[in-house]
Amino acid sequence: MVEFWNSYGFPLTIILVQSLGLLVSVLLVVAYLLLADRKIWAAVQMRRGPNVVGAYGLLQSFADLLKFVLKEPVIPAGADKTVFLMAPIVTAVLALSAWAVIPLDDGWVVANINVGILYIFAISSLGVYGVIMGGWASNSKYPFLGALRSAAQMVSYEVSIGFVIITVLLCAGSLNISEIVKAQDTAYGALGWYWLPLFPMFVIFFVSALAETNRPPFDLPEAESELVAGFMVEYSSTPYLLFMLGEYVAITTMCALMTVLFLGGWLPPVNYAPFTWVPGVIWFLLKVCFAFFMFAMVKAIVPRYRYDQLMRLGWKVFLPISLAMVVIVAGVLQIFQLAP
Amino acid sequence: MNLLLADYLPLVIFFGVAMFIGLALLAAPFLIAPNHPDSEKVSAYECGFPAFDDARMKFDIRFYLVSILFIIFDLEVAFLFPWAISFKEAGLFGFWSMMGFLGVLTIGFVYEWRKGALEWD
Repeated sequence: MVEFWNSYGFPLTIILVQSLGLLVSVLLVVAYLLLADRKIWAAVQMRRGPNVVGAYGLLQSFADLLKFVLKEPVIPAGADKTVFLMAPIVTAVLALSAWAVIPLDDGWVVANINVGILYIFAISSLGVYGVIMGGWASNSKYPFLGALRSAAQMVSYEVSIGFVIITVLLCAGSLNISEIVKAQDTAYGALGWYWLPLFPMFVIFFVSALAETNRPPFDLPEAESELVAGFMVEYSSTPYLLFMLGEYVAITTMCALMTVLFLGGWLPPVNYAPFTWVPGVIWFLLKVCFAFFMFAMVKAIVPRYRYDQLMRLGWKVFLPISLAMVVIVAGVLQIFQLAP
Repeated sequence: MNLLLADYLPLVIFFGVAMFIGLALLAAPFLIAPNHPDSEKVSAYECGFPAFDDARMKFDIRFYLVSILFIIFDLEVAFLFPWAISFKEAGLFGFWSMMGFLGVLTIGFVYEWRKGALEWD
């Protein structure tokens, strides 16, 4: 019995506590990033933003949560009830589960698997199922059209993100995310992270991440003037909350991915004290916040794209460029024998 | 615990905890919120009209085309993953093999571009 506890029970408890801790902190961070998003948007438009609930509106997200939970959940009569309720669960759970492999600091990761980046790539590809299921199960025209658009948009930019990840892998030589971060640990500090040598891919990744998470200027599925709210039209109460939660967690995941792939994860920007005294998780959080700030600024200052422009950008601009960059990066690594 | 289990069990547990949070949130309003459906409230939203016909209608073939193209290119990316990891071990032979593979796919890409499969007007 004692042996069983030592070899299974004890590790299981630790994993459970780690998972719960990470999930709760991710949800807390998302709650405040959501508030930050609204505040930044408001500041750009010379408004105050949410400022009533708590000091400076700091409790706004929690008030929203309470409001959602107390609202009546409406399920349309024509809807396929099982699939209708499964869709938000799929979206939110898939978005959350990507966090299992993201290292917050050296060794601070729930599942340090060797195929971490492949796992994230797979999980984020599955996200499109929630959208399709929600749009189809609603049995209503706007959700159906919105789901088609959203799915086509997500898969188009998925390809570019894949090629971007390949170039990073060529430079890092590992699928393990912690190893990718460690590969960026050079004497040059911030200049040795991959954003500089792979700058075009950094830009493509950023724009593709916007499109992948249906953020403005690529929020075509939710284009209010055309499709009301896209695939979420028929949703109310916490099913709707789960969709929004999934969306914001996915955005935070993309920010975290940008941090570990291009901005050096938990590494300090300068390899000297006092920068090295700051714990890695603080650097990680700062970089994620910086990435999210860029996301929020794009939302605030860029007008919405047209759908044909969106597809042209994905297939005719980003795909050829990222394909060419894979060849160029591989060629340079081969010629100068720089491969790790 | 053996190595495979120790590596992947955290994933399963993490997934389980996330699922629990999601299900709890989904179930909450059904337990504590008011629930008074009526025929107007549960009808499909169509800007105030009663729905004209079935919502699962015909849709543009280009959505289908995009998903086919996505499968091809996503598979290509999946093939590139192991190659990128073993780039050094694969050496010059591996490099040129993959360049040949990418070349063939580029020819296909140019063909579909010329045929107008990527046009949205």
